[in-house]
Amino acid sequence: MTVSTGKDDPALPGVPVAKRLSVSRIGQLTWMAVLAFLLAAPFVGVYPIFLMNALCFAIFACAFNLLLGYTGLLSFGHAAFMGSGAYATGWLVRSAGWSPEMGVLAGTLAAGAIGLVVGLIAIRRQGIYFAMITLAMAQMIYFICLQAPFTGGEDGLQGVPRGVLFGVLPLADDLAMYFVVLAVFVAVFLGIVRIVHSPYGQVLKAIRENEPRAISLGYDVDRYKLLAFVLSTSLSGLAGSLKTLVLGFATLSDVHWSLSGEVVLMSLLGGMGTFAGPAVGAATIIGLQNYLADRVGSWVTVIIGATFVFCVLLFRRGIVGELLAWLRRNRAA
Amino acid sequence: MNEIFGIPIQAFLGQLLLGLVNGSFYAMLSLGLAVIFGLLGIVNFAHGALYMIGAYVAWLSLEKLGLNYWWALLLAPLAVGALGVFIERTMLRRLYKLDPLYGLLLTFGLALVFEGLFRDQFGVSGQQYPVPELLRGATNLGFMILPNYRAWVVVASLSVCLGTWFLIEKTRLGATLRAGTENPRLVQAFGINVPLMVTLTYAGGAALAALAGVLAAPVIQITPLMGSNLIIVVFAVVVIGGMGSILGSIITGIALGMVEGLTKVFYPEASNIVVFVIMAIVLVIRPTGLFGKEM
Repeated sequence: MTVSTGKDDPALPGVPVAKRLSVSRIGQLTWMAVLAFLLAAPFVGVYPIFLMNALCFAIFACAFNLLLGYTGLLSFGHAAFMGSGAYATGWLVRSAGWSPEMGVLAGTLAAGAIGLVVGLIAIRRQGIYFAMITLAMAQMIYFICLQAPFTGGEDGLQGVPRGVLFGVLPLADDLAMYFVVLAVFVAVFLGIVRIVHSPYGQVLKAIRENEPRAISLGYDVDRYKLLAFVLSTSLSGLAGSLKTLVLGFATLSDVHWSLSGEVVLMSLLGGMGTFAGPAVGAATIIGLQNYLADRVGSWVTVIIGATFVFCVLLFRRGIVGELLAWLRRNRAA
Repeated sequence: MNEIFGIPIQAFLGQLLLGLVNGSFYAMLSLGLAVIFGLLGIVNFAHGALYMIGAYVAWLSLEKLGLNYWWALLLAPLAVGALGVFIERTMLRRLYKLDPLYGLLLTFGLALVFEGLFRDQFGVSGQQYPVPELLRGATNLGFMILPNYRAWVVVASLSVCLGTWFLIEKTRLGATLRAGTENPRLVQAFGINVPLMVTLTYAGGAALAALAGVLAAPVIQITPLMGSNLIIVVFAVVVIGGMGSILGSIITGIALGMVEGLTKVFYPEASNIVVFVIMAIVLVIRPTGLFGKEM
């Protein structure tokens, strides 16, 4: 579409074909707008703790979507990895006096290591069994967190200090912490885009579309799936580690199965298999929970559940998926 | 002999019996899951919530309507079965052509809705349900004291499980059901109303869960969350047993309940996780599960 034909676009009379924006260009422009908003947000009165929390969950949901959206593996126990990261960082920073950067790194690695073990077991079965196995393994990790001596049991780890990043940047300042979280989010997001577009990511998609065919083409499918699982769980751990620094605590709700369900909902609502979808879904759900928490009490669970039912029945492409489909329809006409 | 491995024999047998009771619930729930999965290809996450509703129906019918335990045994499965018909007809039906994962997600959403509704209505604190008059007290077996109600739970649920097994494996109706699992289009071509069969199967599975809920009501705290905590263990049971075999899921359920009971005696800290550990070991050694078929 580099050469103007001088003809009008049938969908948009009066606009030459060459002037139309491509779908990917619209995507780029949207991202720049979102990034500009995120950079300006704390200065225009958006509560930074809320933004940071939403960004942590966006990282979590994007990591989760690497598995569900691009590999076709539904893990129903991803909270366990976010929670492991949260607990590992919380304990190391608070009780062992580690610096925040080392704490976050260790939390990420810990979640990845646990992910490796769980992944080795879970990839032995496919489809629906994979979901049930990850859920069961995550429940085991939940009980370990409940009983282990270093997790603080029902109370969790409270009062985790944010510390000083690289020995120069004090994170106790909300604004400094916010930009660190934002930088990590952008890095993770771009990293996932890079992974998906790499040859490795193409193999993952092939596995999602037709696993037996990928096997018959000679790919060691289990190894690819395991690597995707470890990547996804490490990044989930990273999200948990950051969240612990932001909020100053790690609790049992970080490893509970309901959070595993929520991250599925974030992906589904935003749009599985789209880059932006999980982040949009995370922001929507966190915003919704924040808004509803004081207003409707225990109805939050009902609303979350009903959203689930609605998405599965009528809104399977999700917000971003529907938008993309609408754009493509318009462009194709 | 008053001790076994250094544990008083009374405590040992008591925990074994508790394990057997829990195992009966695992068996009933995993049986329902297996039957639903067989015909609908859906893993029913709402199974725990349906079990919880069954227990609440029992409690409510006693508190509000004054209907006793035996009525509850009849009423709860009927009510929850009707709810099952509604769920299948209005929602699950739309998902059969899609990836089975959507069925899991839909029923997960439903479980959250039910749980939230009951929590809003009844709070999180537990309700007590009295043991029915006829089954109070205990029988002295000489080597241990056997509470009558626990014995009843084990006998009743085993009978229900074996009855279901007989119905599916040995009767004409069951043969049709199994044929429907293998090839629904062919069965439909023989003039059998497969959609109706599917609806009734889901309702039957739901009714089984509710029945387990009523049986459990007098021995547990009835809370809105009782179902989801249990269903995750039942998932592990199902993975261990493999969903292909009805008898397999009954045996696995009972056996794992007893293993859990024994763990409470010897190493109580691990009793919460022992089923999951066994699941991991079974998956490493025999990925299709103990009674599963190669897929």
